[in-house]
Amino acid sequence: MEFTEDQLQRYSRHIILPEVGGKGQKKLLEARVAIIGAGGLGCPVGYYLAAAGVGTIGLIDNDTVEMSNLQRQIAHSTKTLGLLKIDSAKATFEALNPDVTVVGIKERVNKDNILGLLKDYDVVVDGSDNFPTRYLVNDACVLLRKPLVSGAILRFEGQVTTIIPGEGHCYRCLFEEMPPAGLVPSCQEAGVIGAIPGVVGSLQAIEVIKLLLGKGEALKNTLLIYDALRTTFRRVKVPKNADCPICGDHPTITELQDYEANYCRM
Amino acid sequence: MEEIKVDKAINIKGHVCPYTFVKSKIAIEGMEIGQVLEILLDYEEASRSIPKSMEDHGQKVLSVEKINETDWVLRIRKEKE
Repeated sequence: MEFTEDQLQRYSRHIILPEVGGKGQKKLLEARVAIIGAGGLGCPVGYYLAAAGVGTIGLIDNDTVEMSNLQRQIAHSTKTLGLLKIDSAKATFEALNPDVTVVGIKERVNKDNILGLLKDYDVVVDGSDNFPTRYLVNDACVLLRKPLVSGAILRFEGQVTTIIPGEGHCYRCLFEEMPPAGLVPSCQEAGVIGAIPGVVGSLQAIEVIKLLLGKGEALKNTLLIYDALRTTFRRVKVPKNADCPICGDHPTITELQDYEANYCRM
Repeated sequence: MEEIKVDKAINIKGHVCPYTFVKSKIAIEGMEIGQVLEILLDYEEASRSIPKSMEDHGQKVLSVEKINETDWVLRIRKEKE
């Protein structure tokens, strides 16, 4: 593939980087990334991946845009209230960069559909807002051996980690089981500053781009915690757990389950 | 002076930074190690910045020559993928 003049201009700040160049940019253009959730995290992740020229972005979400989303979900707008988030975000990302194809998938992931939805993608991004989905996505990526860049946000805090099955830890090495419902913040407790998903989603987008380019060190065996009130980033080591029920030496989870819990969804 | 065998020549006259380097880098990426790229340009700053960036990227600058009032010719040997 030859770059057009427009592409040389659009991606010039990538191409001049030794770690990217024309070859790296072509890798990005040929890459396929799946994003679970077109909300607080999915919007900035998708926005930056689209800007970077990641050729195919699969966006999985079945919600519609609501007014309360707009304080942080920057791919949507007052004009797209009531539309499906996948349609709203697709229009935004493709307007930013016509090189990118956004595949909108109007589904909520579950144990029966997730493997099929993710199998054709190179990297998966978790931008979901609830523990059952987070565990399901983790387990699916371990079974599929797909790299997963996971993000989470709450109030003034965010977390990012990169899971490379077979090489590093997984989400269950970190937290083997879901927290009991009583420990998860209820709706009125679960506020978030709108720029927090911007920070976390941007970190996730960078992790994805590094994985696609094969450059730098992935955030594996590590949980990065951003505390906005104190303006600190803390790296917590998360060793791979040999007894992990899904990625350990003798896994007890060999097929997917749906994890039902009465959690409040943000 | 020893004659330099040029494997590929590009004309980037009319381009300014950073496209002068973008074009040069794309050209050299498509070449084999040991081959020589010749770049014709008329943007003075690029006559200094391209050689510097090429060396930063691990390539060998063989010559930088002002050939008339407006134009420069650079010859770069590819040393690194």
